[in-house]
Formats: sequence, C-alpha cells, structure tokens
Amino acid sequence: MNGIWIMAGVTLREAVRRKILWTALIAGALLLAVFAVAMHLQVVEFQGRAMSPFVRYQVEAGMLMIGLYTCDLLAVVLTILTSIDTLAGEISSGTIQAIATKPIARWQILVGKYLGFVGMIVAYVAVTFGATIWVAHATTGVLPLHPVRGLVLIVFECVLALALTFLFGTWFSTLTNGVLVLGLQGVAFMGGWLEQVSGFSQSVHIVTLGIASSLVMPGESLWRRAAYEMQTPLAGSLSFSPFANVSIPSLVAVAYAGIYLAVALGIAIYHFQRRDL
Amino acid sequence: MTTTTPAIETRELRKVFGSQVAVRSLSLHVPRGQIFGFLGPNGAGKSTSIKMLLGLVRPTAGTAFVLGAPVGDVDIRRRIGFLPEDFRFYEWLTATELVRLHGRLCGMSAARLRTRVGEVLDMVGLAPHRHRTLRGFSKGMLQRIGLAQALVHEPDLIFLDEPTSGLDPMGRRMVRDLLRAERERGATVFLNSHLLSEIEVTCDHVAFIKDGEVVANRDLATAWQDEVRVVVHAHHVSDGAMAGLVQWASAPRLEGDQLQFSVATEDVLPDVVRHLVGAGADVFRVTPEHISLEEVFVTLVGEDRGL
Repeated sequence: MNGIWIMAGVTLREAVRRKILWTALIAGALLLAVFAVAMHLQVVEFQGRAMSPFVRYQVEAGMLMIGLYTCDLLAVVLTILTSIDTLAGEISSGTIQAIATKPIARWQILVGKYLGFVGMIVAYVAVTFGATIWVAHATTGVLPLHPVRGLVLIVFECVLALALTFLFGTWFSTLTNGVLVLGLQGVAFMGGWLEQVSGFSQSVHIVTLGIASSLVMPGESLWRRAAYEMQTPLAGSLSFSPFANVSIPSLVAVAYAGIYLAVALGIAIYHFQRRDL
Repeated sequence: MTTTTPAIETRELRKVFGSQVAVRSLSLHVPRGQIFGFLGPNGAGKSTSIKMLLGLVRPTAGTAFVLGAPVGDVDIRRRIGFLPEDFRFYEWLTATELVRLHGRLCGMSAARLRTRVGEVLDMVGLAPHRHRTLRGFSKGMLQRIGLAQALVHEPDLIFLDEPTSGLDPMGRRMVRDLLRAERERGATVFLNSHLLSEIEVTCDHVAFIKDGEVVANRDLATAWQDEVRVVVHAHHVSDGAMAGLVQWASAPRLEGDQLQFSVATEDVLPDVVRHLVGAGADVFRVTPEHISLEEVFVTLVGEDRGL
C-alpha cells in the first residue's frame, strides 16, 4: 500500500509544480472578481427599487448558481487537461518504465496517480467554491441550501471525468484521450439539456435520447443534481437554464454514476495491468 | 533462492506483436556476478527481450526466471535495477528528489536514503547538480541520473539498456568503473549495447542475438587466450607440415607464402614454429592477431544488409 501513497504524493506535487493548476486558479480568481462585481452591481441596482425581500433573495440565489456553474465547468476542464497526459504521455515517452520496474504493482501506480489527482481536485473545488459562496454571502447574504452536498457532487463529477481520462489513457495517445473525454463531456451536456427540454415538450423520444446520452456519460446529471441540492426550492420553477432544474436527476442516477466510475476505473486497472509498456 | 541460482534463466522465450515476431526463441543462462553483454544488430529483439525480463512486456510463450523468481514477480524487483534507453523522468524534480523517489519506491527507509542519495549522486558525478531540476539536464546528465536511480537500492541484478549512448569518453569510463565496482560488490550486470568496444572492455561474457535468438556465446574473460588467428610468412610449406598443424591449429589455409590458422592460445606458437621448421619450411615471420569482437559480430550476424 505504501507505493500508492508515494505515487499519490508525487502526482500531487507534480500538479502543484506545473503551471496548469496555477493558471486555473488565476482563471478562477478572475472569474470570481467578475462575479463579485456583478453581485455588487445587482445589490446597488436593487437598492434603488422597491422589491420584496423574497424575490430579491431568489434572484441573488440564481446569480450564485451562475457563479457555481462556472466553477464547476472550470473544475471539469482542469481535471481533464491535467490528467489526459499522465498515463498516455508516460507510456509513450517511456517514463513509466522506470516506475513499472520498481517493486510496486501496476494497479498501485494507477490508483496512486488517481488519488493524487483526486486530492488536487478536492483542493481546487473547495477553494473556488468556498470563495464563490463567500463572495455571494458577503455581498448579498445569500447561501446555497446544501453547500456540502453540492461540493461532494461536483467533486464526484470531476473524478468521473478523471476515471475516463485514466481509462482511455491506458489505450490511446494523449491527444486521442483528450478528444474522447471532451467528446463524452459534450454528449453529457447534450443529454442534460435534452432531459431539461423533455420537462416542457413531453416528447417520449427526447426523454429517451436524453436518458441515453446521460447513460453514455452521466457527468452532467451530477451537476444538475448538485444544482438541485444547492438552489432554493423555488428556483426550479422560476427559470429554464443549466443553473436550475426542470428535470431533477434521481439518486438512482447518482448511484449509476458511481457504478460507471467504478467500472471505468476497473477496466483501466485491468488493461494497465496486462498491457505491454 | 540461493546465490547459485542463475541471475537470469530463460527457455524459448518468445514475443509476437500482431503478425511480427520480435523475439523468436530466446534461451539464456546468465550466472551470478558477471557483467553480461547482450549484442545484436538493430531490430534483433534486444530491447523487447530486456522488457520481457523486467515484466514490462508479457511473453507470448516460453519461461523466464530472474534471481530465481518468475518474471513479473513484483517483490523480486526490490533486488533489480534498470536503466531504460533514453532515460527520461519528471523534469520538475531535482536530482536529489528523483533518486529519493526511486529509493522510496524500492522500499528504502528515509534514514538510509539520507546518506545513500548523496553517495550515489557522487558516484555518477552529479553531486554538484544535486539541487538542479532535470529540466536543464543534458542527455549525458540524464543518463547519469538514470544510472543513479538504477543503483540507489544496491540491487543484485542491474539491467542497462545502452547506458553510454549519450556520454562523452569520461562518462563512458565512469560507467565502466561503476559497473566493475558493482560486480565487485557481487551484483550481476546485464548490459545491452551496440557499442562493441564498450562490451569488449567491460563484459565478462557476451551473447550474440540475431532475429530474436542467441546465435553464439563468447567468454570475454578468457578470450585473450583463445581464438588467436596467426599469419605466418613461410616458404616450402609441405602437405605434411600442413597436416601436422591440426594438433594445435584449426582451419589452416595456405595461399602462396602466406599460411593462416587459428590457435587456442599463443602459448602453443613456439611448438607450431618448431613443427614447421622441422617439416622443412623456411619461416620468415609469425604474426598472432586477436580476433576483435567486431569481426566475430560481423561473422555471426552477417554484413549490414540495410534495414
């Protein structure tokens, strides 16, 4: 088991020393600044109007969801960009050979690297989400309904994408890996929207297509569940957007995502154990 | 698992990639405590063979044991060191961090690593660069740090794939001295190189591989005493003199005044000369020529037919 922690540690250290994490943090900080300005302007605008505190709170909570959605997108992109190269690149460059000939099983290398990335993702999501919620609370007093549940689901969405970059990374080159995972993210995004549309159109075919897309890649349904957990109960009925839900993914959908992750990681380990390096 | 167990033992090891046979049938026996050279032309299957012995590549057929354990055994790797060809690693690590990481992966304690890391960096001549990251390292420096990670845990068996390809003459000498020191310590070194002169001066034994098969073995430790080719300039060499040569010499050939043959050792040359003179020949000059590894190599694997 020691090997797993050594690999997790070196992966985490790599993330910290490479520019991409810091670039993503700077991007997050810039977006946060824009978000803070927008929240402030909204507060100023509301002060000039007679508005019921209830409606005002709903609008501000909606804006908070926009901020959190942006954080979610950034976290998923960061996850994919930092991890597509970790196995694929090291296999093609031969770097992995010096590690795979050490007294450490290949599955430990893979799991260690995976846990290292999970550590990085948890830290990134905690910082960006925490900061976004803090800004919203400081300017407007608004808070998400269940912030911890939301945070856990968003980390879950990221580590699901991570499992896919690991899975494809044991088979394909870095570039192919990136194209495949981003393509699947696209499918997930479309699936989420189709399921939303189905809330209005009542078309059985659209519902089926939406569900099928979410089964192929359930990442987006985790965001929509996270949004549902964080938004005010009324928000769902106020608008139709990715930040609020018409069709709420059930806990079965969340459980499916868990099984999906476990299977993807299991196949990745199986293939990495057996393949020639 | 005693020290009399061979360091490496393979039987009809085979690897096929798709329809391409990379290693046809490799049978090797490498005793302990030797520097063993593995020679062959490009595409002969040397790197694939090393990778099979290290568990990086799964054999299609055959059996292989390293230090008495079947290949792929994870625990035995604690006693194995490996320098891959064109060693590359995380370039954001410093030399010290890289060696420490590999030592930890080999199960070394933090206390042991504190002294050993400096020691091994000193051995490969990188002590002044211990705090530099690999990003700025030249190819030769990467070879050196690769060697350091292969030796940090004092392994019993060391695989080196082209260890001197990026090194200058001083670096090559350093590697040669290091390998000899490792052998003195009792380690076995398996050296894959295309540099014949390196193998000739470093190795105790060499196996020639062609098309994924061992075509010949040669003991270099005693090679200076055997396989001496002799060129004699003499007149009046009779058929009887030629026939009598076979008691010392193999493949005698007479062309005009030039007589050529091979003998097992230079020690027999006075007897050969006495025999020739006794049989009526006039001997003008006797020149013993050691057969270089390159000549053996070309004879065994054939001329370069282009790849």
